[in-house]
Amino acid sequence: MYALISTISMWAIPVMIAFIPLYAAFRKVPVYETFVDGAKDGFDTAVRIIPHLVGMMTAISIFRASGALDMFVSAIQPLLDSVGIPGEVLPLGILRTITGAGSLAYATDLIQEHGPDSLVGRIASTIQGSTDTTLYVITVYFGAVGIRNARYAIKVGLFSDLVGFVTAIAICMLVFGG
Amino acid sequence: MVNWIWLFFIVCGFVIGAINGRMEQVTEAAFEGAKTGVSVCIGLISVLVFWLGLMRIAEQAGLLQKLGNLLRPFIRFLFPTIPKDHPAIGYIITNMSANILGLGNAATPMGIKAMQELQKLNGDKTVASADMCTLLALNTASITLIPTTLIAIRMNFGSANPTEIVGTTLLATLIATTAAILADKWYRYRHALKPPKE
Repeated sequence: MYALISTISMWAIPVMIAFIPLYAAFRKVPVYETFVDGAKDGFDTAVRIIPHLVGMMTAISIFRASGALDMFVSAIQPLLDSVGIPGEVLPLGILRTITGAGSLAYATDLIQEHGPDSLVGRIASTIQGSTDTTLYVITVYFGAVGIRNARYAIKVGLFSDLVGFVTAIAICMLVFGG
Repeated sequence: MVNWIWLFFIVCGFVIGAINGRMEQVTEAAFEGAKTGVSVCIGLISVLVFWLGLMRIAEQAGLLQKLGNLLRPFIRFLFPTIPKDHPAIGYIITNMSANILGLGNAATPMGIKAMQELQKLNGDKTVASADMCTLLALNTASITLIPTTLIAIRMNFGSANPTEIVGTTLLATLIATTAAILADKWYRYRHALKPPKE
């Protein structure tokens, strides 16, 4: 199953790159000109995201460097320890929501420290793999079209992060034994 | 809500940084963060330019529409207010397929393109429409079949069975996505009853 899916993942992009222009050529689409025409939007879109991402990244960076994140984590950690959940994974749960690169670095650190086949290592892998960075996704996607009022989107994103975090821990503790 | 989260990060960072005597690090972090923001966007330029070009070909050839027709019931369920045959549908499907296959650098351009198409249907250009919120919910939860990066990291650190987390990840991501869809449906329903307040 894994081999099959990873083969599909490996082939998907080359196949698309070859198939789409070929199919379009049969449908009499001027492929190269159409490509250039569509590609023009890419630059503007990327540039339009810059202010949004700079704003968000700056705030997150300050929050982490000041030691605020560590303080929040050490405040909640005893609570997790008391129900038998390894408290080391909590920072990952919080980081996962706000920064993709930061949480990947932290997950890698946990895997290295505790070993990939430890309970902490497995939970860290599962958390990191199972959701995307909510704040990044909101910033980029809504920033690209100039949405200022995200309405309930953030609440939904944070809620699903929480659910993902809790189930990742629960499943790992059930499957791999706590 | 973004306003509050943003303010919270900055004010908390300032106050706690002051208590910890880390003003120097805070200053440095502010500019380091800004730099990261720009370099992420610069990194996005190449993938956006490439994928938006390729997808324009797919759109002109009618491929996106075909894809949309194929998965119509599914899209109807999640995005009841998108008119049928609208180009947004094709982009939403390619965005989700790229997410599922773990093709991160293809998923983002398709998602942004889908947003732009949804924006065309949006009455108030500064307020997110219900369909935009649904697309966002799907992307923040992001179903992943194979967490390739994590498997590579586990291999690196000598795991006896690097892929053993595929099953747990899949289950966790399915449950998180279901939660996102249900929460989105709930809010969509509630907001349909009362107009959004500014």
